[in-house]
Amino acid sequence: MPSKPQRMEIVLETLIESIALAEEVGMRIAAVAGFGEEDQYRIGLAVHEGVMNAFQYGNQQRRERKIHLTFELHEDKLVVHIVDQGTGFRIEDVPDPRDDENVLGDSGRGVLLMKAFMDEVDVHSSEAGGARLVMAKHHKR
Amino acid sequence: MSFKATSRDVADVTVIDMEGRITLGEGSALLRDLVRENLGKRRKKIVMNLAGITYIDSTGLGELVSGYRLMKSEGGELKLLNLNKKVTDLLQITKLYTVFDIYNQESQAIASFHS
Repeated sequence: MPSKPQRMEIVLETLIESIALAEEVGMRIAAVAGFGEEDQYRIGLAVHEGVMNAFQYGNQQRRERKIHLTFELHEDKLVVHIVDQGTGFRIEDVPDPRDDENVLGDSGRGVLLMKAFMDEVDVHSSEAGGARLVMAKHHKR
Repeated sequence: MSFKATSRDVADVTVIDMEGRITLGEGSALLRDLVRENLGKRRKKIVMNLAGITYIDSTGLGELVSGYRLMKSEGGELKLLNLNKKVTDLLQITKLYTVFDIYNQESQAIASFHS
């Protein structure tokens, strides 16, 4: 029977400083989970981008809102949940910045980097209506 | 390390030497100001030396693109110099590697404005 994953939940303030804090926590948890340095950087950057999205777009930089960041350490992967208190979004609506008409645009690079650096990325609606971004990085064994 | 930038002129080219992190907040805003400041001084040939940049996020990439677009719209050019592997990877992932002129040698970057 698979063992229950270890779980860590952090509640972040909607402050710009929370982005770098979340990135650092993500990197350290990735290290504890046994990922190498390169993957620690990638996981840290993906968390950075996800929390930045929650700060800017989900929570609209509103100080009274919170960002819930959860890490689950499974045997075969690390799963990250980032939940904001906004109105949600659909990942398929985010433009691909690699398309010719978007490459000099302003949108979509954050989601693209998360998808490039993590093995799974998806967005659901949270219980309260905001976005729940779920990302996973598998151990290479 | 937080973002720091210093400018120097090599003939009619402005080289901006940067170090630290270009992320949402301080770094990206300063970068935006630097481009506008140079345009304000009618300096339209810019080389951004990223040798000292340790980290860049999607907002930082966006500011590089905004600077590029602004320069182009004013008849100027913005080029990149000394990208490390992490920054190169991000530019390749986002396809921005095909947009910017990128150099490893300052002399080549400067000469490219006059060729």
